[in-house]
Amino acid sequence: MARVLRKHGYVQRDTRHQVIAGIRDSFSAGLGIFPLGIALGLLVIQAGLPWWLAPALSLSAFAGSLELLLVGMIAAAVPLAAVALTTLVVNFRHVFYAFSFPLHLVRNRLAKAYAVYAMIDEAYAVSASLPAAQRSAPRLLAMQIASQTYWVGGGLVGVALGAALPAPVKGLEFALCALFTVLALDAFRSRREIPAVLLAVASVAVALVLSPKVALFTALVMFVGLLLAHQALAALRPVPETADA
Amino acid sequence: MPSTWYLVGVLAIVFSVTLALRAVPFAALRTLRNSTTVQQLSVTMPVGILVILAATALHGTISAEPRATLDALLAVGATVGIHLACGRRTILSVGIGTAVYVVLVNAF
Repeated sequence: MARVLRKHGYVQRDTRHQVIAGIRDSFSAGLGIFPLGIALGLLVIQAGLPWWLAPALSLSAFAGSLELLLVGMIAAAVPLAAVALTTLVVNFRHVFYAFSFPLHLVRNRLAKAYAVYAMIDEAYAVSASLPAAQRSAPRLLAMQIASQTYWVGGGLVGVALGAALPAPVKGLEFALCALFTVLALDAFRSRREIPAVLLAVASVAVALVLSPKVALFTALVMFVGLLLAHQALAALRPVPETADA
Repeated sequence: MPSTWYLVGVLAIVFSVTLALRAVPFAALRTLRNSTTVQQLSVTMPVGILVILAATALHGTISAEPRATLDALLAVGATVGIHLACGRRTILSVGIGTAVYVVLVNAF
């Protein structure tokens, strides 16, 4: 207990250490983000689009999977309404991150705005896998800024490689899958929410069968629905102390 | 090649829609902060969302390269095994897991 308290006090005091911890957090996410950024840059060049579109997309959207999807759509010059609808559907999952993203830690208004703007899957995942006592605003922001640097930097490297390299190394995108697997393991260790895990597994299994193309979206909607139903059922169970509530 | 104005239009749309999706729920939740339902969701949701992200990322890898399904499953196994065996060092587990996949996919 004393160790936990001492650790907590230390965490609150030292901003520099928190920034370093945040950058360290970002390394594992960077293993997935940087190669994906390269893939985006290569794709932009292969589609015959101007090179600056890679960094411009990474700054305006900052959402990996959407950007990779958009390159093909832009090359085909699809109507702007289709771009808006695709963005809405693909990025809708971010709506659910607000429930547990530790935005309350960030006090500064500009920093708060940046933390929301840069709330990518990886940033959510990394912060969700940390125990609450180890989170802090500098750590969160450093991780987010570093992640965006990898993404924009990867895109520029991809653009530069675009002309030179005949074929990029196959399979690097697996880093994203490995990252989410590891973070899920860590989150489960700090909070053994077995019913939530079972509901998530059921949701994603059904979503992959019913709607493989928008599985993430479907699975999240189903998961939240099931979780709410589970909580409502748990609240219905007779508990004598709260009978008068 | 699409016109610059079209590209600027795309950038403006994806910026506004993405930012709105990320920001509006925070504003809405401010009024619900004391609700027990929201508090419970903030505890139970993260693990499940990570499981869903991991599963859909694995599915994405497999559907991009269906021949490599077994490779992907082996690499997930390697990632989990190394993570549990080597003291949960994320970079090590992700790095070795990815290396296993890259080697398997390119070697066979």
